[in-house]
Amino acid sequence: MIEAIGRRSIAAIEAVGRVGHFIGDMVRALVDIRVWAPLAIVQMRRIGVDSIPVTLFIAAFTGVVLALQASYTFTGAVPLYFVGTLVGKTMMLELGPVICGLALAGRVGASMAAELGTMRVTEQVDALETLAYDPQSYLVLPRVIAGTVMFPMIIAFAMATGIVTGWLTSLALLDLSTPDFLKGLKLFYQFKDVWFGLFKSATFGFTITAVGCVVGLATLGGAEGVGKSTTRAVVYSAVLILLLDAFWAVVLL
Amino acid sequence: MIEFQDLHKAFDGKQVLQGLSLKVRDGETVVIIGYSGTGKSVALKHIVGLLHPDAGDVIVDGQAVSTLDRDGLTELRQGIGYVFQFAALFDSMTVSENLALGLRRRGLGEDEIDERIREALALVDLSGTGDQLPAELSGGMRKRVGIARAIALRPRYILYDEPTTGLDPVTSAVIDRLMVRTREHLGVTGVVVTHDMRSAYTVGDRIAMLYEGRIRQVGSVAEIQETEDAVVRQFIEGRAE
Repeated sequence: MIEAIGRRSIAAIEAVGRVGHFIGDMVRALVDIRVWAPLAIVQMRRIGVDSIPVTLFIAAFTGVVLALQASYTFTGAVPLYFVGTLVGKTMMLELGPVICGLALAGRVGASMAAELGTMRVTEQVDALETLAYDPQSYLVLPRVIAGTVMFPMIIAFAMATGIVTGWLTSLALLDLSTPDFLKGLKLFYQFKDVWFGLFKSATFGFTITAVGCVVGLATLGGAEGVGKSTTRAVVYSAVLILLLDAFWAVVLL
Repeated sequence: MIEFQDLHKAFDGKQVLQGLSLKVRDGETVVIIGYSGTGKSVALKHIVGLLHPDAGDVIVDGQAVSTLDRDGLTELRQGIGYVFQFAALFDSMTVSENLALGLRRRGLGEDEIDERIREALALVDLSGTGDQLPAELSGGMRKRVGIARAIALRPRYILYDEPTTGLDPVTSAVIDRLMVRTREHLGVTGVVVTHDMRSAYTVGDRIAMLYEGRIRQVGSVAEIQETEDAVVRQFIEGRAE
């Protein structure tokens, strides 16, 4: 028992050390700007632009459900224009970043871990090193920078989409007028609602891409190893998103 | 010159290299033979710093590889071409892009890159395949592209990891001829890891047998063919006992 606890403690300390080492290597690789900058543009398209359809789809239905559930909850007791308040606040502060973050952990994190994992087990990462490229500048930095920059942009669209579909649902199904919806939306609005959501999204983008890269590059074995890495990347990212979400709520709100 | 100095390496407690010492002189091709799993590829990876030794070191042109920092390793790798066992081509890039990647890192202009790619593909008899993806090529062609990628860099050293494994005898002979041609045309120093004895006799100036983590015997092709060492004899003759 004590031995098992000791082994797990050592493994945890080693994992923290590896992450520290990884971040240190990434910072050192920043000087290779001529290598990572053009690749970051490509990744911005793959991580950002290509993720927009799935993100907007999720945000649209989240907005619909939020409006309907708010009206169901408020019936009689709370004025209906508070539907606008709830849809706006929830999309900006919580559901926009977190639901889309979790969905993108699946889409972006999994594909990154699978791609880098396959490159690792087929010796493409070793080949890159023998061609005098640092995998940190060629593979990791472009992805992490693209994720950190593009996530807030995608999630800004998601927030707007959720609010618009919440508004349309209110008009069509809840007998709520546009001025009333807007009145509710503006009621407790603060600029902090937006920047908090977007800042949180940037940290989710960093986390998902960094985890995808760390796990992918640590892949061992063949197809089975790639499969395990893909699952691991999604699970770790999802757990870290929820932990970060709580952390930022405690620190920033 | 490449020199392995008392190299030790273990993985998960399993000792793979246990004091490997070997010198590869400029201009020669040394073939390292040995059973599967004896650490031949592990030894090769130490030359370019892909693995870090537990003890001992590899000295390349007077520099101890394990002591080099990031910039030092980059500089060292710019002088070495590495041919991987399964070619390790970047599967999302065309053949030309695979070759161009290393050349761009060396800061060459686009005209010179195009020229080098044409020349390297011609040397491996693959002119006209530049726009194809690795998935569209046969195993033998992929290995030849791997060799072209290494020679396009015009390195001082080329390291071949099992260049003929998994290929039919005719394609293996083509790869052997290619390795000989590369040495003759470019005058590079080579280290070849293989357990294909026909290939070893064709391309090697000297042959070294790795056994139980260290060099069992090293000598010219003739010396190895006439060896009286029972372990080496069994291996080169491919006898079960």
